[in-house]
Amino acid sequence: MRFLPIVWRNLLRRKFRTVFTIGAIFFAFMLYGVLMAIRAAFSMGVDMAGQGRLMVIDKVSIINPLPASYESQLKTVEGVTDTTHANWFGGYYQDVRNQFATFAVDPESWLRVYSKEYDLPEAQKKTWYADRTGAIVGIDTAKKYGFKVGQHVPINGTIYRRPDGGPWEFTIDGIYDSKMKGSDKTQFVFNYQFLRETIPERSGFRDRYNWYVFTIADPDKAPQIAAKIDAMFANSPSETKTNTEKAFVSDWAKQVGDIGRIMMWIVGMAMFTILLVSGNTMAQAIRERTNELAVLKTLGFSEGRILSMVLLESTLIAAVGGGLGLILSYVFITATGDPTHGMLPAFYFPTPALAVGVLLVAALGMASGFLPAWQASRLRIVDALRRN
Amino acid sequence: MLSQIIAVTGVNIRSIRARLGSSSVAVVGIAGVVLVFVAVLSIAEGVNNTMKASGDPNTVLILRAGSDTEMTSGLAGDQTRIIQDAPGIARDGSGNPMTSPELFVVVDHPLKRSGSPANVPLRGVTPEAFKVHDHLKIVEGRNLEFGKNEIIAGRAASRQFVGLSVGTTLKWGESTWTLVGIFDDGGSVSESELWCDVKVLQPAYRRGNSYQSVYAKLAAPGTFQQLKDSLTSNPQLTVSAMRAPDYYGSQTETLQTIIRTIGGIIAILMGVGAVFGAVITMYTAVASRTREIATLRALGFGSIPVVLSVLAEAALLAIIGGVIGGAIAWAAFDGYETATMNFQSFSQIAFAFAVTPKLLLTALFYALLMGLVGGMLPAIRAARLPVVTALREL
Repeated sequence: MRFLPIVWRNLLRRKFRTVFTIGAIFFAFMLYGVLMAIRAAFSMGVDMAGQGRLMVIDKVSIINPLPASYESQLKTVEGVTDTTHANWFGGYYQDVRNQFATFAVDPESWLRVYSKEYDLPEAQKKTWYADRTGAIVGIDTAKKYGFKVGQHVPINGTIYRRPDGGPWEFTIDGIYDSKMKGSDKTQFVFNYQFLRETIPERSGFRDRYNWYVFTIADPDKAPQIAAKIDAMFANSPSETKTNTEKAFVSDWAKQVGDIGRIMMWIVGMAMFTILLVSGNTMAQAIRERTNELAVLKTLGFSEGRILSMVLLESTLIAAVGGGLGLILSYVFITATGDPTHGMLPAFYFPTPALAVGVLLVAALGMASGFLPAWQASRLRIVDALRRN
Repeated sequence: MLSQIIAVTGVNIRSIRARLGSSSVAVVGIAGVVLVFVAVLSIAEGVNNTMKASGDPNTVLILRAGSDTEMTSGLAGDQTRIIQDAPGIARDGSGNPMTSPELFVVVDHPLKRSGSPANVPLRGVTPEAFKVHDHLKIVEGRNLEFGKNEIIAGRAASRQFVGLSVGTTLKWGESTWTLVGIFDDGGSVSESELWCDVKVLQPAYRRGNSYQSVYAKLAAPGTFQQLKDSLTSNPQLTVSAMRAPDYYGSQTETLQTIIRTIGGIIAILMGVGAVFGAVITMYTAVASRTREIATLRALGFGSIPVVLSVLAEAALLAIIGGVIGGAIAWAAFDGYETATMNFQSFSQIAFAFAVTPKLLLTALFYALLMGLVGGMLPAIRAARLPVVTALREL
């Protein structure tokens, strides 16, 4: 790299242009980061859905809860290793605008089935299992409303109603975090028994669950087991639909549909445009020096050497701009997380996307340097020298 | 001075043709930004239009207190009768109150675009519903007959979901339905829904004699407060009353926040990126004309005309880019129909992207701003060039 000084001088020759080209590339890759985070957010965490986990819901709609008696029947199916259940509660704190994902569950089996998703100290788990009115809450929601362990919090429900019309008083037994990227840290999870005692028996909604989750020993057997379960409850008043958790999450993401996809297309196009503009400028910067390249050739520089010098120059610009853009968007998105505060919990920059970004940066540097250098190498020295 | 400005600007603009390559890059860059800006915000506008079409200010929606959406509300049959007799509600020719108790549920039914199941809203109504929702009209087939398992589908629903045409049979759980008609409701949210007889729907969903909402027509625009006070002070009821526009305005808050937040981030990043793009383009344009500009200066043209002429060129390129981007966005997205999940009602809502004139004007304004900001630095540089060295430059 004896000729690094030449490359350096070339970069400094039009400082203004170099700086702004780097700036444009920087913003293009910031956009790339946002694009990838949107992609992750709109796929609603489908990448994190458990492989060996299946869900059972009512065939007509998830809003029709299934009888509690189904759980013991599920356990009898061969290959099923563990089961748990949940009810969507629709909880809010103080004002109906302050809503977060609230589930009524069976604490012990819930944390067994979702052992990786919830990170909280054993002691807090134990307290929760023993506390009928206890709840655990995600660190994001806890921070937002200032919930502390041990605190009593009144939570109202939009779906369920206490006979006295008041809120449910929960004790925060634990605050969970999660090491899994993009996992939902906004949930409020509490013991179903506390909800059960406030549901009047004549309503027909007591001892009914919105969905069951179960784990199976062999994920490859999922289709057969699902079919078996659905057949078991066929022609009953509550027919079921069983599928992998992944399939449910993916269907849920598809319900949101085009919007995410269209946004991605648009941002992708925008990024491409900016790259085109800056790539063109970088190529231009080299094209206007064609006669200098001819001088170097006359002085005895080999074509390979000239090419590598030009490529080094363009790759350097791409690497500085693109590298900074990637790093900054990664840091920024990881630090701020969901920009809508709770509506898109899976808004994060996936690590594999970072690798793709690095490849894109390299491709940009190569493409914008290679074309003009190649064009220049095809010219005869005499012609190139004559060009102005 | 003015004649100088006009003369230099004229030279600049006429010579754009000679620099078509680099100029078109700036135009493409700005067109891209405008396209993105308009496209993303047209989603939000589209959702907004649907919500506006749904809110007749003389219609009041009554829900259980504490519920923010029909989906989570619940009213017993006897409560709906108490609500009917409240003061301030319009009465029809024979003196009956114009109220419509309704049951709102969702069914799992596949979307056309992906074939995957979605939560399709299904609304159970009484014959009174058609008096309260008086904009609704059947555009194909016939209205449903009460007491039968018959369904009518909104126009948007029939376009977004699989197999919703007149005459088809639908089976959900233990009940089988026949679709007998398609209705139009002036582009409102109800066009995303399926409607049926509430008395048939209640047992199918094990809802006994319960409802979720009551829609009521006001006797006069001013009687809302009277109705609201009488309902909320009645000890037999725990309900809240909202004018329809307020209710529908609140229904898509989540969706709108998501679109606008993400749209905002994208627009800002892209806008700054495009300004950088415009700067390098204008810079290249100025750099390639260094000698020309120096010649003009040597001939006695002042620096202000030179600055203004570069700015004018940048502005012109930006506006061309803006118009192109806006036109593409309008052609590609205006009226594009789709459906998405409305998180608040937990059900699908169909809407059409709306590229409004206001949106286009805002986008053009941004384009112009980007052009001017992008042209500013190169313009100042052009004016500051020392004449002698610049003349010598290649």
